[in-house]
Amino acid sequence: MKLLKLVPDNTNIHFLKWRVPFYVVSVLLIVASLTLTFTRGLNLGVDFVGGQMIRFTFERTATAPIASVRGEIDKLGFGEPTIQEFGKPNQLSIRMRLPEGSEKDPAIAERMSAKIVAAVQAAHPDARLDGNDTVSGKVSGELFSSGMVALLAAMVAISIYIWVRFEWQFGVGALFALVHDVSLTLGLFALTQLEFDLNIVAALLTLIGYSLNDTIVVYDRIRENMKKYRRMPMPELLDLSVNETLSRTIVTSLSVLITLVALLLLGPDVIFGFTLAITFGIFVGTYSSIYMAAPILIWLKVNASSFIPQESEIDRQERLARERS
Amino acid sequence: MLDFPRWKRVTYWLVALLCAFAAIPSLTSIAGVNLPSVIPQPKVNLGLDLAGGSRLLLEADASQVRRQRIEAMEESVRQRLRDAQPRIRIGDISSRDGNLSFVVENPVQVDATREQILPLTTGAGLTGQRDWDIKVEDGNRFILTPTDAGINQAIDHAMETAIEVVRKRIDALGTREPDIRRLGSSRIDVQVPGLKDPRALIELLGKTAKLEFKLVDETAAPSDVVQGIAPPGSEIVACVDAGACRGQPAIAVKRLGGIKGDQLTNAVQSNDQRTNAAVVSITFDQQGGAKFAKLTTENVNKPFAIILDGKVLSAPNINEPILGGSAQISGSFTIESANQLAIALRSGALPVDLKVVEQRTVGPDLGADSIKKGAIAMLVGTVALMAFILVTYGRFGVYANVALVINVLMILGVMAIANTTLTLPGIAGFVLTIGAAVDANVLINERIREERARGRRVVQAVEMGYKEASRAIFDANITNVIAAILMFLFGSGPIRGFAVVLMIGIVTSVFTAVNLTRMWVAMWLRKARPTELVL
Repeated sequence: MKLLKLVPDNTNIHFLKWRVPFYVVSVLLIVASLTLTFTRGLNLGVDFVGGQMIRFTFERTATAPIASVRGEIDKLGFGEPTIQEFGKPNQLSIRMRLPEGSEKDPAIAERMSAKIVAAVQAAHPDARLDGNDTVSGKVSGELFSSGMVALLAAMVAISIYIWVRFEWQFGVGALFALVHDVSLTLGLFALTQLEFDLNIVAALLTLIGYSLNDTIVVYDRIRENMKKYRRMPMPELLDLSVNETLSRTIVTSLSVLITLVALLLLGPDVIFGFTLAITFGIFVGTYSSIYMAAPILIWLKVNASSFIPQESEIDRQERLARERS
Repeated sequence: MLDFPRWKRVTYWLVALLCAFAAIPSLTSIAGVNLPSVIPQPKVNLGLDLAGGSRLLLEADASQVRRQRIEAMEESVRQRLRDAQPRIRIGDISSRDGNLSFVVENPVQVDATREQILPLTTGAGLTGQRDWDIKVEDGNRFILTPTDAGINQAIDHAMETAIEVVRKRIDALGTREPDIRRLGSSRIDVQVPGLKDPRALIELLGKTAKLEFKLVDETAAPSDVVQGIAPPGSEIVACVDAGACRGQPAIAVKRLGGIKGDQLTNAVQSNDQRTNAAVVSITFDQQGGAKFAKLTTENVNKPFAIILDGKVLSAPNINEPILGGSAQISGSFTIESANQLAIALRSGALPVDLKVVEQRTVGPDLGADSIKKGAIAMLVGTVALMAFILVTYGRFGVYANVALVINVLMILGVMAIANTTLTLPGIAGFVLTIGAAVDANVLINERIREERARGRRVVQAVEMGYKEASRAIFDANITNVIAAILMFLFGSGPIRGFAVVLMIGIVTSVFTAVNLTRMWVAMWLRKARPTELVL
């Protein structure tokens, strides 16, 4: 049986020849993503800003009647709703600020949502109520801060682990790659204005873990080759390591993508944003482990001696004594 | 490498098959088949986002517990010093700044006072920790400060009672299998599967249901009451609506001499015999009934206020002594709100106010839709992935694929045994774990290919492949565990479900993708003794 071979044996692609331009582009992309995230802002869901979110599916129409729903809610006089498509074209989410006084008496918020649901269902009998979330300002603040803490803690903890298992330069490289992946994903959400909720934070944590898979595989090979070829110049050694692991990188990325694409196309609509974030993250993660994590080792001057057992002081004196005698 | 002792083989198979069998009840229940109930059936719980239902996060006002404690202490100190022989007179009592302070009028009695109140300040627990710190300033001013240990114990106690009350109230609504648990120090997480409209529940839990009967102070001038000024010994209480107190926004009631409505044996919604309005009929226990009889006998033809959670519901006249131990609470009720109040009174008062700080409800149709689509995506994704692995690695791909199927069953099985909850992000975690689990096999197989290309013989190439790849597999999985643990620690609800799936998946995938395939490869090598590998 002839097996499928996506990557031929003994490839010798000079990945790191273009490291400077790639780095410049990547850094620019990181800056652009972060700028976009902070200027345009993320479309934060009720998880993070508090408020009320009501979700409907319109079972007998192809597209949700957004304008009409907006009109119905305006008539109730609770303030300006944020209405957007959710999952599929015939599903929508309505987001409202919590009414005055609802921090004290949550029943006020429930009465508001009851009126909105009644008004929408009166105008559109096919509207199926899918969900109704109310998050107070206090809880949303906590969810936001704990989400951010989790993200930062994961990035730092993983980098420290890499530092302990390899060398500090590798830890820096891994951290840099992670910053790259997270920033670009945030940029994607700022650009598309897809809703950014708790699930997306989980997606970011996941992609941190998986993007690092690639980085570790490449790093592991670099470490191995540094022990093997002590005199090989770093750029050449990095190229060799990336080439040797290329077949694995491609096959694994494809494997994960196959399942993710199935989830994206056939999976539950509610987690579309979540799946999209992870899929995007797999792409940028694969790229970053080759073009972000590896070249930084050259600039941070990793050398082969890092992985060769160092001669201890006692050994040295014994050797000198032996040489003298 | 080829040496796989029998005990090891048996253990591997036992672990794999036991975990995989535990998945069967979950699978059949999703498919809608019922197994005979004689065999044990661990099942994966479905989260609210899949099963539909409501989740409420309730927060207790911890400062209220502190306030109540100081009030109760004031009462005890007064009582104790009044009953002391000789009586100890105190003045300038204040309960500001989170402590209780008072002045002993006769400085000679300072030591006697300390002796009297000392028993009130030791904790009830066995730890011997004090509940209160006593300090004497300026010779005769006592300052009692509740200790943190005492406050925490009081909060614990209040929360335990609150959870009981919440459970009773939810049961009274007729909902099934609520999951109620304490979260942190002052929060309660309530999950009610299948509850579509949480409004009634929120209204019900929002009621503390502290019922009081107090005499109306008729000497108070209406102009003073409007300004919030009460005669000495009285206090101003707001009315729920204008109808409650004959058009007035608030009335003055006497602070002392009232009774509390916590000694009830029953409360039901009924209708007033004359006006046919909705009312709540309450029945006191013997002690409460006696107190109520005394109050009404001594105050015939005077109005008294029925106060619920600090607001006057109504202020009817006592027309005749009420001796039978039962009474009617009137107010501007609808049948629904009277019924709610009856439930709240039956289940007892909450020891502390609870506020809903987060509420999430998912419709049952959306959840069912998500399960169906998740299952289809998983099936299609897995089959496509297995086909890809098969054409890429041939025989070794078959091993990887069998390991993958066992892995899926093991994750489900372990989740069922550990009684964990599958959430919507959890389904995504499942699919992702499947994709990532083959990474271990990819690493191993690629390494074997490389070692063969370098001219190693089959057995050595396979051995090197497993050995060299293990390092990277180990490091990569540790980083994923770190991410999953942080997700679990900082995440809430569905995210935790996702983190749990990831963690279980990491452990089982290393077992199936590394240990199991290694056993199969070793057995094949020993039997077939191939000199060439198709890889």
